Amino acid sequence: METFVQLIVNGLGKGAVFALLALGFVIIFKATEVVNFAHGSLVLFGGYLVVTLRESIGWAGAAIVGVVGAGLLALAVERLLLSRSKLADPFSLALLTIGVDVIVTEEIVRRLGVSLPFIGDAWDAQPVQVGGITLFRTHLVALVVATVLITLFFLAFRYSNWGIAMRAQAENKEAAALVGIRSGRVTATAWLVAGLLAGVAVLFIATQDFSGAGLSRGTHSIALAAFPAAILGGLDSTAGAVVGGITVGLVDALATHYVSFAFAKSAVFLVMLVVLVVRPSGLFGTRETIRV
Amino acid sequence: MSDIATKTPPEAPERAPSPKPRRDALWWVRKALWLAVLLLALALPLYLEAEWLKAGQYMMVGAVGAIGLTLLTGQAGQLSLAHAFFLLAGGTAYTVLAGPTGDPELVGFGLDPLLALLGAIAICALLGLAFAPVAGRLRGIYLGVASLALVFLGLYFGQAAENLTGGTSTGRPPAEFSLFGFPFSNEGDLEILGVPIRATERVWYLFLALTVIAFLLARGAVGGRVGRAWRAVRDNEPSAAVMGVSVWRAKAGAFAVSSAYAGLAGVMTVLWFDLLKPDESEFGTYGINVSIAYLAMIIIGGLGSVPGALVGALLVNGLPQVLALYSTELGWSTGTGEHAFTPILISSFVYGAAIILVVLFEPGGLAAIGRRIAGRLSGKQRERKGT
Repeated sequence: METFVQLIVNGLGKGAVFALLALGFVIIFKATEVVNFAHGSLVLFGGYLVVTLRESIGWAGAAIVGVVGAGLLALAVERLLLSRSKLADPFSLALLTIGVDVIVTEEIVRRLGVSLPFIGDAWDAQPVQVGGITLFRTHLVALVVATVLITLFFLAFRYSNWGIAMRAQAENKEAAALVGIRSGRVTATAWLVAGLLAGVAVLFIATQDFSGAGLSRGTHSIALAAFPAAILGGLDSTAGAVVGGITVGLVDALATHYVSFAFAKSAVFLVMLVVLVVRPSGLFGTRETIRV
Repeated sequence: MSDIATKTPPEAPERAPSPKPRRDALWWVRKALWLAVLLLALALPLYLEAEWLKAGQYMMVGAVGAIGLTLLTGQAGQLSLAHAFFLLAGGTAYTVLAGPTGDPELVGFGLDPLLALLGAIAICALLGLAFAPVAGRLRGIYLGVASLALVFLGLYFGQAAENLTGGTSTGRPPAEFSLFGFPFSNEGDLEILGVPIRATERVWYLFLALTVIAFLLARGAVGGRVGRAWRAVRDNEPSAAVMGVSVWRAKAGAFAVSSAYAGLAGVMTVLWFDLLKPDESEFGTYGINVSIAYLAMIIIGGLGSVPGALVGALLVNGLPQVLALYSTELGWSTGTGEHAFTPILISSFVYGAAIILVVLFEPGGLAAIGRRIAGRLSGKQRERKGT
C-alpha cells in the first residue's frame, strides 16, 4: 500500500511535468495549427542555459534565465521562421520544426559532451518523509509549481485579453482578424508561453528523482513523452493536455515499477494507441469536420 | 462506402483512347541520363576503393528506404515516423530466417538467404498492414505521432527479444547473402577487366540491383492506378471515396508497401553493418533519429517524388560517409573526442538546415527545382503534379 501511494505521488509529479509540456504543444497547436516537433530542443536549451550560468550567477538566477531563454528561443523560431512562411501549410511547418529540432539538439548535445549535469539543485535528491512514506521532493515541488502555473494559464486563457484573442483566433482566424485581433501577436505569445513552460519543465526532468539521468539526449527523449500526453487529451484541448499529462505520468510510474523500466516508455505510447483507436481525435479533442 | 463503386457496371463504358506517350527530345534526354547514371553505377566498382564503395552502398540503403517513405508520406499523404521500426523488423526477420539452426541461444530457421530476404519483406508488409487499422482512422499529425509509438515498441522489442535480435550488448551477425549458391563474399576468384570482384564489389551490385528494382516498381506504382488512388486520398478523402476509391484500402496498401520497402532497407542495413544490433536508447541505428533522417531525405528530395527520394538519400546518408572519408584522407581529424564536430554531427546540421530551407523557399524540394529546369530547357511549362 505504501509503495502504491508512493507510486501514485511519483506518477502525479511526473504527470504534472508532462502536463506543462503538453500544454505548450496544445497552445501552439491552437494558435497556429502547427505541431511543434522542436519542443524537446526547447527543453534542452533551457536546461543548457542553467548548466552554463549557475556557476556564475547562482542556481536561482540561472533557472530564471533558462526559463526565459527557452521562451525566447520559441519566440525566435516563430518570428524568424514560421511567421515568414505564411503560405506553407501546417503540415510542412511541422516538418520545418523537425529541422530546427535536429540543429538545436545536436549542437547542445555536442556542447554537453560527456557531462550529464543534474539541474534541479533546489529540490533534487532530498527525499521527504510524510507519514512513514518516503517521497521525492522533486515530484512534490513539480506538482505544486505545475498546479500554480496551469491555474494561472487557465485564468489567463479564460479572462485575459490575450486568452480571449487566442480562443477567438482558434475558433475562426478570419473573423478574429476582422474584429481587429492581431494574429501575429497572438501566435507569438503562444509560442513564448509554450517555451516558458518547457523551460520550467526541464528543471524537473533533468534530476535524479525524475529520470535518474542528467541533461542529455535522454532529456529530449523524455520530453517526447509529452507528445502522447497532448495527443491523448486531444491536440486542441487545453484541459485534455492536463489530463493527458497526468495519465502519461501515472502510466509511466506504474509500468516502471510493475513491469520494467524499458517497457515504461512503450507503455505510454501503447496507451496512446489504444485511446486513438477508440477516439481518433483524443479524449477531448474536437472531431475534424471535412467539407468536400 | 465503396461497395457500390466496385460493382461492375452493366455495360463497360468505352475506354477513352489513351494519349500517346510523349516521345519528344526531352523524353530521350531523360532516358539517356538515367541510362548514363546506371552505367556509371555499374562501372564504379572497377575504379573506386572499397571504403568509397561502402559509402555508396549506404546511400543505396537510404535510397530504398526513402523511396518507400515518399510513397507513403508524399503520395498517400500519411506522415510516418515509424520507418526506423520497420528497418529493425526487416533486419531482424532476415537474420532470424536465414540464421543457423540449432543455436541454443538464438532462434534461426536456416533458410536460403534469398528466401529470407523475401520473407523479411513479406513480414514487414504484414506488420504495416497490421498497423493499418490505426493508420486508417488517423490523419496527418495524429498519425505521425501514433506511428512514433512503433519506434518505442521496436526499442523495447529489440531489448527484450534477445533470442531473436541477439540483445543490445553483442547483437548478432546476419547470414551472408548468396544468390542461387553464388556467395557475396571474398570466396572464389572473379575478375572483371582485371579488377577482382570481392565482397564489397559484389554487395555493391546486389544493392544496385535492389535499388533499381525498388525504383522501377515505385515509378510504376506512382504512374499507375495505385498512385492515382493514393494521391486522390491524400488530397481529399471524401471526394476520393465518392469517386470510387476505397480509402481504407488505399491507406492500408500504402502503409504495407512502404513498410515492405523499409523492411528491404532494413535487410540491407544489417548486411551493410554485417551485424544486427538493437539500440540501447531512442538514438541509434533504428531510433527516432533514423526515422527523422528518412523524413529529411524525402523532404529535401520533394515529397512524393521517387527520383527526389534517391537524391535526398544520396545527401542525407552519403554526406556523413563522404565527410568521414575525406577527413581521414586529408588528415583533417574532426572525428573523435568531446565537443567534436563529427561527420555525423555536421551532416545533421546540413540536413536540418536543408529541411528548413526547403519548407521556406521551395516546398516541392529538389524535384520541383528539377522540374523547373526541365521546363526551362524544353521551353514550355510541364507541370506534372505528383510524378
